[in-house]
Amino acid sequence: MSFDLVVNVLIAGTLTGLVYGLMALGLSVIFGVVRVVNFAHGEMMTVAMYAATVLFALLKLDPFIVAAPVAATFFVFGYLLQAGLINPFITRPEHSQFMLLVAVAIIVGNALLMVFGPDARNLQVDYQLDSFELGRILIDKARLYAAGAAVFTATGLFVFFKKTKTGKAIRACADNYLGAKVVGLNVKHYYALTFGLGGVCVAIAGCALVLLVDVTPPLGPYYTLLAFVIVIVGGLGSMTGALLGGVLIGVSEALAGLFITPSAKSMFSFGLLILVLLFRPQGLLGKRS
Amino acid sequence: MKKEFIYPGILGILLVALPAFAGNYALSVATLILYFAYTGQAWNVMMGFAGQLSLGHALYVGVGGYAAGAIFYHWGIGPWAGLWVAMALCVALGLLIGFLAFRFGISGVYFALLTIAFAEFTRIGFDHLDWIGGPGGMFLKVAQRDTWDLANFRGPPLMYYYTILFLTISALLLCFFLLKSKAGYYWQAIRENEEAAQALGINTFRWKMLAVALSSAMTSISGVFYAFYYNNLFPEQVFSMNRSIELILGPVIGGVGTLFGPILGAVVLTALSDGLTELLAALGWEIPGIKQVFYGVVLLLVIMFLPNGIWPAISRRLRL
Repeated sequence: MSFDLVVNVLIAGTLTGLVYGLMALGLSVIFGVVRVVNFAHGEMMTVAMYAATVLFALLKLDPFIVAAPVAATFFVFGYLLQAGLINPFITRPEHSQFMLLVAVAIIVGNALLMVFGPDARNLQVDYQLDSFELGRILIDKARLYAAGAAVFTATGLFVFFKKTKTGKAIRACADNYLGAKVVGLNVKHYYALTFGLGGVCVAIAGCALVLLVDVTPPLGPYYTLLAFVIVIVGGLGSMTGALLGGVLIGVSEALAGLFITPSAKSMFSFGLLILVLLFRPQGLLGKRS
Repeated sequence: MKKEFIYPGILGILLVALPAFAGNYALSVATLILYFAYTGQAWNVMMGFAGQLSLGHALYVGVGGYAAGAIFYHWGIGPWAGLWVAMALCVALGLLIGFLAFRFGISGVYFALLTIAFAEFTRIGFDHLDWIGGPGGMFLKVAQRDTWDLANFRGPPLMYYYTILFLTISALLLCFFLLKSKAGYYWQAIRENEEAAQALGINTFRWKMLAVALSSAMTSISGVFYAFYYNNLFPEQVFSMNRSIELILGPVIGGVGTLFGPILGAVVLTALSDGLTELLAALGWEIPGIKQVFYGVVLLLVIMFLPNGIWPAISRRLRL
């Protein structure tokens, strides 16, 4: 096995990992603020992927252009889902919240199956098979653009949380629910905003990932689990942790696919998850609660 | 005779007499209901009593089923011996997960995700184990269905019905006495407030481990039953997260932590699932996925409007 091949696989794994990281960032932001684990996360991701394929088939629109309206739609739906369905569950026990989102996941996942059937769908853009060549290193154009979109979105979100008034208010709600209420913040509104932002992350990640992966309905639960693994490895609620976790999982999957067998690649991720949960349950970059 | 024994007693007698007037289809539905009721009861010991949320109980069903199934498949040794192997393996697994989690102070969401991780890890591992058939599955030889071969647990549907009925009643009685025992009170104390329980001098680690051990042992039996009733096992199916969720829907819908919740939940869900199949077939709407969408909607409505489950609402109404 040549050194070049390993380097190429590492780069591809890192770039895919950044897209995974953006998806997981959505989950992490939602958990970090609302303290609810979004069991329908992967299903939301597949909805975005289907949206990109449909819009491409109908209007020949590039997935990166489509990402903007899809993200806006996801923001609105995320807001409504939190405001209408999840907010009343904030004070309920954990298993009750779990089951609520499991029910949402069942509905969304099977609605996709009803509408699109079980066959895989994809889209073909003209730059999909091109690559940049740096000496003997090849980088897929589509993969690089997808990672670029992920980093761009994540950076935007960081700036939003650090610099804007709304972002600070959301962080206040996350840090101290009661305190935020006392100073007059409309906590439920900010919770809904947060869920909407989580939806934006998923929407853009989905539109980017559809260039790299064919979409089928069973991908939903798979991505839900993948997002869990990533945020726990990186640290639930930590934003940089989600991206780092995404890269780690992307690279480890790519290497496992190269050195062991592709079908065993997620065993590696789950093994990593178990180790992290046991020895650093707050995640690599998480803070101890 | 106390009031709390009368209704379950009548129900029990009806269930024992059921095969006399039920057809094969009704019997298979009843078997399925009891299977979910029993497995839900087993999960309930851990979550409902001791408050430890497991979302990976398919792990114990799968390992139990595969253990007893493989022993029968490879060496022709019946499940009465395999059962103990299955139980020992599952208890060991449960204790391992419990030990790791409770020693390192993992609880709540993190514990639930850890149980999912172990189940998924095992699923992919079994996919790569050729000894038990890998992803192609393991098939037990289907024996003649008209004779009762108790030694190998092969026989007509009636035999399976009575077995799972016996298991469900035993589990119900066990849980009834457990709830009134010292362990039951300790568990409920831990469930309600672990720190307070600890402050009162309860060794919460030991009692939580006991709950995990008991729950995994009970669930392993349900795995052995599953293997010999359905005669085929696929890692993709038995260990999937969907299966884990399917197993806990009954107790969640029926009422977590109640004695009759898992049973009622299993009845409601199975009736709903079968009813939907019939209804959609009658309407000619047989699109893949449509049944699950309805199922999800009903689940959503129950969780939203009956947060404690159906059983507490009914028992209040009936003043039981």
